[in-house]
Amino acid sequence: MKTRIAFVAATALAMALAVPVAAKTFKYSTTGDVIGMDPHINNEGPTNAMKDNLYEGLVSRHWDLTVRPALATEWTQVNPTTTRFKLRAGVTFHDGTPFTADDVVFSFDRIRGDQSDMKTYVTGVREVRKIDDLTVELVTEAPDPVLIQNLSLFHIMSKAWAQKHNTLLPLRGANAESFANRNANGTGPFKMVERVPDTRTVLVPNEKWWGKPEHNLTRVEFKPIANAATRVAALLTGEIDMMFPVPLQDVPRLERTAGVKVLQGPELRTIFLGMDQFRDELLDMPGTGKNPFKDVRVRRAFYQAIDINAIQRVVMRGASTPTGLMIAPGINGFSKELNQRYPFDPEASKKLLAEAGYPQGFPVTLDCPNDRYVNDEAICQAIVPMLTRVGINIKLNAQTKGLHFDKIGLKDGRRTSFYMLGWTPGTYDAHNMLFNIITLSSGPGSGAWNSGRYTNPKVEELTRSIAREIDPEKRTAMIHEAMKLHKEDFGHIPLHQQALAWGVRDSVAGIPQAANDAVMLKYVRMK
Amino acid sequence: MADVTAPPGALRRFVDSDVFYSFRQSKVTVVAAIVTAIIVIGAFLGPWIAPHDTYDVRSLNLLDAFTPPVWSEGGNPSYLLGTDDQGRDVFSTILLGARVSLLVGFAATLFAMILGVLLGLISGYVGGTTDAVIMRIADIKLSFPAILIALLIDGVARGIIPRDMHDDLALYVVIFAIGISNWVAYARTVRGSTLVEKNKEYVQAARIIGLHPFTIMIRHVLPNVLGPVLVIGTLGLAGAILAEATLSFLGVGVPPTRPSLGTLIRVGNNFLFSGEWWMTIFPGVMLVILVLAVNLLGDWLRDALNPKLR
Repeated sequence: MKTRIAFVAATALAMALAVPVAAKTFKYSTTGDVIGMDPHINNEGPTNAMKDNLYEGLVSRHWDLTVRPALATEWTQVNPTTTRFKLRAGVTFHDGTPFTADDVVFSFDRIRGDQSDMKTYVTGVREVRKIDDLTVELVTEAPDPVLIQNLSLFHIMSKAWAQKHNTLLPLRGANAESFANRNANGTGPFKMVERVPDTRTVLVPNEKWWGKPEHNLTRVEFKPIANAATRVAALLTGEIDMMFPVPLQDVPRLERTAGVKVLQGPELRTIFLGMDQFRDELLDMPGTGKNPFKDVRVRRAFYQAIDINAIQRVVMRGASTPTGLMIAPGINGFSKELNQRYPFDPEASKKLLAEAGYPQGFPVTLDCPNDRYVNDEAICQAIVPMLTRVGINIKLNAQTKGLHFDKIGLKDGRRTSFYMLGWTPGTYDAHNMLFNIITLSSGPGSGAWNSGRYTNPKVEELTRSIAREIDPEKRTAMIHEAMKLHKEDFGHIPLHQQALAWGVRDSVAGIPQAANDAVMLKYVRMK
Repeated sequence: MADVTAPPGALRRFVDSDVFYSFRQSKVTVVAAIVTAIIVIGAFLGPWIAPHDTYDVRSLNLLDAFTPPVWSEGGNPSYLLGTDDQGRDVFSTILLGARVSLLVGFAATLFAMILGVLLGLISGYVGGTTDAVIMRIADIKLSFPAILIALLIDGVARGIIPRDMHDDLALYVVIFAIGISNWVAYARTVRGSTLVEKNKEYVQAARIIGLHPFTIMIRHVLPNVLGPVLVIGTLGLAGAILAEATLSFLGVGVPPTRPSLGTLIRVGNNFLFSGEWWMTIFPGVMLVILVLAVNLLGDWLRDALNPKLR
């Protein structure tokens, strides 16, 4: 009898031990949900990061952000405008269909779809040519120095799958109802098994993945938790293993808590404000026929009315780097000289507004997300009194990122006069910033997120040249020139680069913190 | 002298009444009444007695944010209970916040009361199919939690109203949402009392002399069924204040530019873990005191007006 009890106990113990060893579930959370799974629309950081776990491009990014071969094993320059890619053999999509050159050609057409805001990743590519089943050629308009850098977010979708489910083109808008937004079928290291928007997204490893997994996960659960305090509590109680961003006020507390640590580092994202410089009449001033933002003095007045150091000290609790430039140190093209900010000077602002003909100010709405960037709503709330003091009658419209991006983006026709946005050049090169944010006509898809439609013919011209310039020195000089013009035009109001702050429980053995704030599941290891 | 024989004045009658006697006898009630009066007066005079006008964004200084209460280290004498994350004086925001909470509470209760009493009167007096329809609607309404209905209405209103007008209309939407989710208690009570009253002689007499049913309902039945309504109303006020705080805490209540106690608690809640407790504790304590005082008053009123408990 005794032996039997011992045996049962031993078995139970063995089972109890065996189960946690086998199951390595990684649960993580951030402020807002992924705004759609379609790899060719919704060019947004956390959304791209999630899609990057499911889909792959010809190349992919390592967590140190260097480019590594993925669906292409090698590439060679056939001539200055043609690059030949050898595709990886034996790769299948999650649904079992084999990956071939046809899928690359199909995805190229798809990402260039009418409504896509991700054309930037294939900008300059004129044609994708199938040579044979496992070889493609990319033909660019001109020699393209950042072609390979661009391609990591050109995700490849299965042609057969898209045809079968009739999702041949991406649909604009956060969580637009399309099959590809609700489902995912890539070649990536993880497969999606469940998705309930705004509630949870469940992934499991793709056991047929071509690479050798560096992770040891058996299941991944992602759930957005909008409330910062709730998110902290979830981490502290062990409901989740990792979350970001850690609310800045909670960093010291989490650092003191046993079993939890905070990973911090500089982020490559620049947070800025944009102003509508296109409409003849400001949205908030119907009937006047005036748009004050067309006057550079008004834009400068707004810039100089904002006390970025107060925001850094109080709202960001020191965890931000005020910036004068639209790109962060670490992005190719950064210049220390240009990063100098214009001084905070509310008196000068008042004077500039008076000179521009608005001594009494004017009404304007500030559009702001409230679950996207670190303390985004709090930053906007802090800006409101600063601008009110120089006479601007400002109204704050803070809302969830899906609505915010739809409103200020192409979905609703850039229905904004004054807005907050953050941008990390997905290629880690200044051209991406110039192309997407600072120009309108520097190539197909340019200005997708230039919601204020700032444009300067010289900057447009320079950006077009930068895309073709092979000589790095000349190229950098042109980037600096374009950035300088934009700065003198007060095209946008750069605010700061926020700091990364990830809260991680000690159940996680290793999680590399990429400088683009992306959680790359393929490198996550649980204890 | 003529005064001696004159009937006692209304105030005198009130002071001599059973109700006031029972009021004086209950110390708890007297305290609750005083506390309620202080809060109501403080909230009413808020804009004049608050040390800072926190609605005027120009007066906010970001560098004053997160100042602790005056007695803690780092406190600033001009901010008695400290400041919040935007540099707003917590004491002033509480005064102005209580004002919003009370306004929504009173308005929603009044709305629920008028709607409930009217429907109850009609239901009880007219009877028949009308009664059945109204009471079935009431039953259906009762099967949902009030806060769920309020959330639903608020959500739908947000969907319908253009975003630019949200802030202007949010207050009315909340009042409507809370009011509409609380009318049933009044309707049922009034219906019951009306059923009793309508068979009494004075109502029958009024009917015989040919008065319009509406006149009978309002002029004759209504005054006799109002006692319980007052009790429910007082208790309902506490409930409405809490409901508003709940909605605002969930972020669907009054606009953030006009914070109520619930909004203040929600905002402060984000900083509770980091040790900046004053931003959420003080509005929370204020809410507890207010709701407790109103509830105690309601309890006393129920006992005082209930002949069976005398």
